[in-house]
Amino acid sequence: MSTTYYTEDHEWIRVENGVATVGITEHAQEQLGDLVFVELPSPGASVSKGDALVVVESVKAASDVYAPVDGEVKSVNEALTSEPGLINSAAEADGWLWTMSIADESQLEGLMDADAYKNSLD
Amino acid sequence: MTESDSPKQLPLHTLHERAGAKFGPFAGWSMPLSYPLGVMKEHLHTRTHAGLFDISHMRLFEVAGADAAAFIARICPVDASSQAIGASKYTFLLNTEAGILDDLIVTRLADDRFMIVANAARAEADEAWMRDALQGMNATIEPLDRVFLALQGPDAAEVMADSGFDITGMSFMSGMEPRPGWFLTRSGYTGEDGFEIALPHDRAEAFADNLVMDERVEWIGLAARDSLRLEAGLCLYGNDLNESTDPISAGLTWAVPKSLREGGSYIGAERLAEIHASGPVEKRVGLQAEGRQPVRAGAILTDGDGKPAGRVTSGGFGPSVEHPVAMGYVRIDLAEPGSEVTADVRGRPVPMRVTKLPFIVKRSQKG
Repeated sequence: MSTTYYTEDHEWIRVENGVATVGITEHAQEQLGDLVFVELPSPGASVSKGDALVVVESVKAASDVYAPVDGEVKSVNEALTSEPGLINSAAEADGWLWTMSIADESQLEGLMDADAYKNSLD
Repeated sequence: MTESDSPKQLPLHTLHERAGAKFGPFAGWSMPLSYPLGVMKEHLHTRTHAGLFDISHMRLFEVAGADAAAFIARICPVDASSQAIGASKYTFLLNTEAGILDDLIVTRLADDRFMIVANAARAEADEAWMRDALQGMNATIEPLDRVFLALQGPDAAEVMADSGFDITGMSFMSGMEPRPGWFLTRSGYTGEDGFEIALPHDRAEAFADNLVMDERVEWIGLAARDSLRLEAGLCLYGNDLNESTDPISAGLTWAVPKSLREGGSYIGAERLAEIHASGPVEKRVGLQAEGRQPVRAGAILTDGDGKPAGRVTSGGFGPSVEHPVAMGYVRIDLAEPGSEVTADVRGRPVPMRVTKLPFIVKRSQKG
């Protein structure tokens, strides 16, 4: 059983058994256009909510992706190193960025669910 | 132009909306950045077939009068009096320090008539500068209100011919007026063969619609225009050229006729001759990073000893060459291809190598 949250910065966080998988939303990848490079963090890195953790680069520009909660990076999506376009083709599935532990579950409370996020885009 | 001014809409804005464009501000205009095809495919389509760009943000100035050639030769380092009718030249407006106020294409239409194509962001400043320089001369400057389109790519010539234009006699960097109110050059900003077409507003929508109905033609946005020109080693004013860069440091000496490098009567001649004699202290070069990470405009470069080596002025990813591409200015002792420098990318060192420009084999030639 997993729950998916969304942030105002257009990230999705899927929480399952206390572990969060983080990526950028379909809307975000559409806005960025074709991605050509992803700078990923190191597993084991301890992060605070709001840290710029990943840089996704399109043909035109570089954009930060922020840690949505405090915790520790557990794994990163190595497939993106050779195929950053996975984010364009499957932003909310195979195009995930990293997984992390969640130090404080209460930080999830302020985030949006799918409906609220969808409404925020209108 | 301040951030709070809302950008102007192009005459064909609704046409771009219908084509599904994403818009963004550039030089005071709301410009189509990309279309549903996406920047990568738009870029590649232009290199393999033909791309249609709306460049109506750029400004056309018609210069006419008995002193037209003398005026052009005063404001630009060109030999306008011997420029053939129909020839287009890449040149600049220079200040007295030989700094580049704008880069331009100047086409001679008649003995006493020239067309200037200027950058959007510089159009107002250019006009004021030119009007000031015009004082006492028998010539007029008229900014033209036109839709301005570019058709670029290996299929561009056939598409133009199929659209009823007789372009057989047109070499690259030449221009003419095919119909009243129209202005056509064989030129471009992609490294490909192509055309730039200025035409009256009331003809523009039908003309553009007709072109994109051709299966060889796709709308191309500003994002791909930038990656195409960067691969072709072409300068973007404001990034790679500005008032404190001169044509020699910018690697554009080829655009200044030999006879004018050691002096002349154009504005900036004295300073340009000095730089030509002493040699520039820095030079614009191509820069290539290892790996896939783009190094973008603003990145600072250092040499092997950690000393300042220069700066990146344009950078991104080159879809045709499939690796990051950049250009920038480096110290003259580092300007030879093969020199190694290090870019600071968000605090991390990225090794870069100085390379020749362009990154692609150009199918167009310099004029």
